[in-house]
Amino acid sequence: MSFLGIDIGSRYIKAVLIEKGTVIDWFKIETSYEPLNRSLEILKKYCPIKAVATGYGRHLLSFNGNIPTITEIKAFAIGARALMPSCRTIIDIGGQDTKIIILDVRGNVKKFEMNDRCAAGTGRFLEIMASALAYSIDEFGKIEGEIESPLQISSMCTVFAESEVISLISKGISREEIAIAIHRAIAKRVISMLKKISLEEDIVFAGGCAGNILLKKLIEIDIGKRILIHEKHHFAGALGAAIYAEKCLIEEGGEKENEKVYC
Amino acid sequence: MSKDYTILWKELGLDLVKHDGLLSVLSDAYKNIYLSQKNRPEGMKYFDFVISEVHGLRIEELYEAKKEKRKVIGTFCVYVPEELVLAVDGVFVGLCAGAEVGFEEAEKYVPRNTCALIKAFMGFKLSGLCPYVELTDLIVGETTCDGKKKAYEIFDEITRKMYVMEIPNMKNDSDRKLWLEEVRKFKDKIEEISGKEITLNLLKKATEIVNQKRLALQRLNKLRAYDPSTISGLDALLVNQIAFYDDPVRFTMKVNELCDELEERVRKGNGIAPKGTPRILISGSPFAIPNWKLHAIVENSGAVVVGEESCVGSRNFRELTDENFNSLDEGLEKIAMRYMGIDCACFTPNKERIDNVKSLFKELKADGVIHCALQFCTPYMMEAFKIEKKIDFPYIRIETDYSMEDFGQLKTRVEAFIETLR
Repeated sequence: MSFLGIDIGSRYIKAVLIEKGTVIDWFKIETSYEPLNRSLEILKKYCPIKAVATGYGRHLLSFNGNIPTITEIKAFAIGARALMPSCRTIIDIGGQDTKIIILDVRGNVKKFEMNDRCAAGTGRFLEIMASALAYSIDEFGKIEGEIESPLQISSMCTVFAESEVISLISKGISREEIAIAIHRAIAKRVISMLKKISLEEDIVFAGGCAGNILLKKLIEIDIGKRILIHEKHHFAGALGAAIYAEKCLIEEGGEKENEKVYC
Repeated sequence: MSKDYTILWKELGLDLVKHDGLLSVLSDAYKNIYLSQKNRPEGMKYFDFVISEVHGLRIEELYEAKKEKRKVIGTFCVYVPEELVLAVDGVFVGLCAGAEVGFEEAEKYVPRNTCALIKAFMGFKLSGLCPYVELTDLIVGETTCDGKKKAYEIFDEITRKMYVMEIPNMKNDSDRKLWLEEVRKFKDKIEEISGKEITLNLLKKATEIVNQKRLALQRLNKLRAYDPSTISGLDALLVNQIAFYDDPVRFTMKVNELCDELEERVRKGNGIAPKGTPRILISGSPFAIPNWKLHAIVENSGAVVVGEESCVGSRNFRELTDENFNSLDEGLEKIAMRYMGIDCACFTPNKERIDNVKSLFKELKADGVIHCALQFCTPYMMEAFKIEKKIDFPYIRIETDYSMEDFGQLKTRVEAFIETLR
């Protein structure tokens, strides 16, 4: 009896299949221009007894596949806690938004902060800047250099920051230095969100951008606290949705006749 | 719409092609947002009708009123004393300001980062889409915020119909004196424009009409305290929005009929959502018609809106004017006093607003508050922070406008907030 959590993000769809609380499979694919078809294929592939959708595209599945949804905030709360049980604060930098989620002792969402509307300070910002500097996204987070360099990217608007980067390149500033400045700009944005709420430890960095070591380091230096990252940080939302699916079925009173409706 | 109003619209100088477009967008939105709701009270049929005729029959009524030499007074704010307009048998209407219409036109006169409400009233006029503004004899502005103040200067150049009342920013004795003087001046202005003299009896009669309307809205507000909710927040919001357009006597009667039905629903326990559905109080900037964005998001996310701490909401009906006056001058004092009780964020220190949010939260048995400020509406954006520090119930702050570009993010935030209330 397996349960699927599917996290339809703006850049990637992540899916986690669990059985009795144990993960059977992790799966990740680009969202592309047809997230619904890709999600339906994933459902077919796994044939879960129950699925729960989360992420930006969650309602696509709820309208077209009659699949219950939870927000990524709740999904991350459940998932991050499963990955790291000591977690009380989650930093999630995803493709198009950045969230800070504070949990209470029992793991319930106590408070959250989220950026509004634009892509400033999100994963997409990072991707665009990496490409402007001809880095792969993996290389981008591993840049080594002078973290304390005074170079500033002053514009947080993705469009303006890109032209700022181009003008810095044309001034002959090294791409490492520019790259670090970009990271510092995003870290600053996250830090200002963190400072709005009282931080509880442990702090867990999850979501797509948690793979970026430089970002982690910059935030840690500023807040003076250690940040934990799990190797499956991408999957926190999908895992949370899968756990929620399993919990829901138990609360609904077990297996129903129309089982495996998603196949 | 029941008949063709093209000739009337043409006479008013509307842009017919764009206006058709606007009405069809409005009608689609209304179908999707309103008519798709389940188990609506029968009494909402009247308000559905009013909306379907918002640029039709009601415009014709105003047009007919003008033929009878009645004056049409347009406003944008709950501080303009309706009593004085009704006392000269004038028609009091709120002007179009609730949709992203004509923003490109408006941005020729005001900066891009101006609040949506201001851009909308400029935009509606500049693109020839608001029949109300064309029918007005006088447009009454007020010095509530910097954006409006400066926009009215420009609006006067465009319409040549502006009259601005000075709203003080504090509530000291000297401010109250100033405001009373403003009310007196407004009385003179209204008398001058209508050619009618306001007598004690006329003022008493007008005050009673407006108070009856406020009482009906108070009654509706109180009925929203029951769980299960007998009316959706969207429907109640609509009633509060129509309060600014409709004939006050007819409107009062229809709201009371609706309330009779809701009382019956309360007795039968007939709700629009199951008992225990999370209950949201919305607090902040006004929701000018047809701004239904936040209510729609909340009610499509499994919660029900039980109140609006807003100008289109409690700020419009909470205080009554004391009808116990025996001279015209005393009447004007009572009116001035009543309007000074409104807790708009343009006042400082405005502590009473926090108390009002707290007591509405309790009274309506809400589970959480969503503070919604129109983007660039500094007074409400600032107070949102202030309130957050003084309350001990679930609360989130939202800043948004009339566009749909932040719909996804807003939906996630609202849904996540509702998840925490369960």
